[in-house]
Amino acid sequence: MIGSRPRSDDWLFRVGTGIFAVLVIGVVSAIALELYRESRLSLHEFGWRFWQTDVWDPVAGEFGARPFIWGTLYSSVLALLIATPIALGIAVCISELAPRPLQRPLVFLTELLAAIPSIVYGLWGIFVLVPLVRQLEVHTPDWLRALPLFKGPPVGVGMLSAAIILSIMVIPFTSSIAREVLRAVPQSQREGAYALGATRWEAIRMALFYARTGIIGAVMLGFGRALGETMAVTMVIGNTPQISLSLFAPQYTMAAVIANEFAEAAADLYLHALVEIGLVLFVITLVINVISRAFIWSLGRPARARRTRTAAAPALESA
Amino acid sequence: MRDLRRRLVSHVIMMLCVLSVALALIPLALVLFYVVSRGISSLSWTFFTRMPAPVGEPGGGMANAIVGSLLVTGIGALFAIPVGVLAGIYAAEHRGTRLASAVRFAADTLNGVPSIVIGVFAYSVAVLPFQRFSAVAGGLALGIMMLPLVTRTAEELLLLVPASLREGALALGATRARAVFTVVVPAALPGILTGVLLALARVAGETAPLLFTAFNNRFFTTDVRQPVSTLTVQIYTYAISPYEDWHRQAWAGALVLVALVLTCSLLARVVTARMERMRVG
Amino acid sequence: MKRTILVGIATAALAAVTLAAQGLQINGAGATFPAPLYTKWFAEYNRLHADVRVNYQPVGSGAGIQQMIKKTVFFGASDAPMTPEQLQSAPGRILHFPTVLGAVVPVYNVPGVAQELKFTGDLLSNIFLTKITKWNDPQIAKLNPGVNLPAADITVVHRSDGSGTTYIWCDFLAKVSPEYKKTVGVATSVKWPANTIGGKGNEGVAGLVSQTPGAIGYVELIYALQTKIAYGAVQNSSGKFVKATPESVTAAASAAAAQMPADFRVSITNPPGDAAYPASSFTWLLLYEDPPDKKQGKAVVDFVKWALTDGQKFAPDLGYAPLPKSVVDLELKALARIKVQ
Repeated sequence: MIGSRPRSDDWLFRVGTGIFAVLVIGVVSAIALELYRESRLSLHEFGWRFWQTDVWDPVAGEFGARPFIWGTLYSSVLALLIATPIALGIAVCISELAPRPLQRPLVFLTELLAAIPSIVYGLWGIFVLVPLVRQLEVHTPDWLRALPLFKGPPVGVGMLSAAIILSIMVIPFTSSIAREVLRAVPQSQREGAYALGATRWEAIRMALFYARTGIIGAVMLGFGRALGETMAVTMVIGNTPQISLSLFAPQYTMAAVIANEFAEAAADLYLHALVEIGLVLFVITLVINVISRAFIWSLGRPARARRTRTAAAPALESA
Repeated sequence: MRDLRRRLVSHVIMMLCVLSVALALIPLALVLFYVVSRGISSLSWTFFTRMPAPVGEPGGGMANAIVGSLLVTGIGALFAIPVGVLAGIYAAEHRGTRLASAVRFAADTLNGVPSIVIGVFAYSVAVLPFQRFSAVAGGLALGIMMLPLVTRTAEELLLLVPASLREGALALGATRARAVFTVVVPAALPGILTGVLLALARVAGETAPLLFTAFNNRFFTTDVRQPVSTLTVQIYTYAISPYEDWHRQAWAGALVLVALVLTCSLLARVVTARMERMRVG
Repeated sequence: MKRTILVGIATAALAAVTLAAQGLQINGAGATFPAPLYTKWFAEYNRLHADVRVNYQPVGSGAGIQQMIKKTVFFGASDAPMTPEQLQSAPGRILHFPTVLGAVVPVYNVPGVAQELKFTGDLLSNIFLTKITKWNDPQIAKLNPGVNLPAADITVVHRSDGSGTTYIWCDFLAKVSPEYKKTVGVATSVKWPANTIGGKGNEGVAGLVSQTPGAIGYVELIYALQTKIAYGAVQNSSGKFVKATPESVTAAASAAAAQMPADFRVSITNPPGDAAYPASSFTWLLLYEDPPDKKQGKAVVDFVKWALTDGQKFAPDLGYAPLPKSVVDLELKALARIKVQ
């Protein structure tokens, strides 16, 4: 009796907590399933055509999602182009250059960027950034505005504003992971480089190279973040489904079209088309997260011991 | 000569690194500056005590939205904390099992799911079947967003508890459950709470998942079965409106929201720092 | 700190449970077009009947209709009558009740132009088809002699959400331009040409227009009045240029009032009459004939009775036109059809 108690207790413990573990998995599966169930009509009706056509016409029941996927990818890529060098610069600056007492406040400040809610960025975007961007657009010389990259009326709301806002939001994520990854590079690497007469940059370049998979992972994680961002983008991108290279043109993203049209999608097909966009967004971010995590983890767990120092970090980092 | 060039390149690049920090801090400073300066000038006592006024009528506040935000976030926490912590305990205590890796994978996946998609999900499981927008539906959406953060923090922090503690408890004849709940979890608790606090701070600022779950309400309500107003959705409504009065309200709301979120983050940081000192000392 | 959190959660939970019952709350959603008036009405009605709180959310006519069909809200509101397909897809019979009349006006933000601009339906359709792209286009200049029009680009602003305002606007433009009817169409959400920008709600469009030099959009009259954005006069079917006012909208309704169909679903855009404003419309409240909750049903019916009678006096101040008496009488009769027992 006494001998068997620990075992049954252990079993109970295992099942008791296991239920909740299964529940977490259940939530993810339920999301995937529900998204599929609610988008069947559109999946069957349009198939691949959904992603190859440009016409979004709820009146005629024609739904082509190419402009949305274009807008999402284009804005995210632009955001990455702006954010990546800055984020890496910050990571290098904090982990390699800054004197110790400065490191912590710098980490804190960059992480503040991640703590500010999306809606606040959106509000700021509408009233501060967009007017600034409009000024920039108005003062762009005509010969530049003849280029496809700068075509369109100087409205302010559009791709450029969206990309800037997104990049600000992505920087803290990329930089915090890049920082952790850099920390995981053995000190001996750098010392070896210095011993060979390398300059500071050459030593850091070596560390960056050593940590390259992790850095790629960090950038991709930022990409995943940018793809799903909704509110701030909706508020400044202009909400017009069109495929344009122009930074000045109003466009639309997948997340934004769901936010704007989901509540009102009258016909079943319309609703399913919107959910299909959600489903694809889900799948894309899933794939990107898996790949980027694989990249980061391939370096081994970066600096596990260090994580205790910033117990705050895991939540932010994994965010 | 070549050396000089190398050194110069190195210096330039180091300067660029420092510059990039400045580049990131400029938007931070700008955002905080506008939120604080425009927020403060629009903030007054009535903001915290009054309901929104119809357009054209002066005054009005966001009392209902502030309470609503707390309500919805609270419901989310009610769901996410127990589930997340227990799932985290499982993942930490049964490390190496297939289920544990699956939990980890699921949590990381969930973390990457765009918030708007979670809103769509919550709408179809918590709004449509009951035919009503409600605080519960909004809470569910936020809870789902908190879940991975809580799960992963709990797991990571439990793993940091020295094995000797648990082994000691087991050696004294405690059952596994007992050892975990009376020795291991308490040891990791401050850290877990920090994680929870950060998760709360993050979801309290969410808008997209609430648009078609918690919806909005012009009135004050604490009835969880009714649609409820939240700070974020209210800011959104006001921000895209054409009215000066409402813009001011939006900035005031943003100030309150940012203050709320930053307090949570700061608190978490203070706790972390104190923990560290304790550990070192 | 642990304690603070736990206490916080406990209080929230407790508050939620104990304060669960607080009188009758009725949720509605839909058109942003009449939202300023509805908000006023519900606030006034709440003053008279403290136990009835109507929470109206202006999410757009499209969303109002859809959420009505899904029964997530008790009543809907729309400026576009529901289509036969929509009525069929609803789980019960839905009735339309006109509450007030309004006008959609072209609002613009043209740098350096202080005067009021004149538009014809044809010109507006060409602008909204983006066939006219500069403010100093001869077609605009011809109608507005003496106005110093800049060479600025025209930016068309439209609704990004499903909207009865869009419906009314397109309904009018489609009646005057076959090409508009073919390329854009008439519905609560339509397919807009490239390089136009979308704003959410009447508020969103007004906001974008006022913040974007060179922009033109369409909003319900009250949004133009409240935000002091310039709006133009539009030529009606008799060739007169008319500005939207409660009077010119009433004039538009008078012809329709005489031959009101039994279900009240009627379009009054581009009506006959010298004084009529061409982009006018009724706006409707949507109710189930057999409401799911009788208590709420009774309260809403009482409210509608009040809105149709006493409530009408609030309309002109907010730029809406009161309903013609004959329409009110028909509606009061129709309200009896709602099963509240």
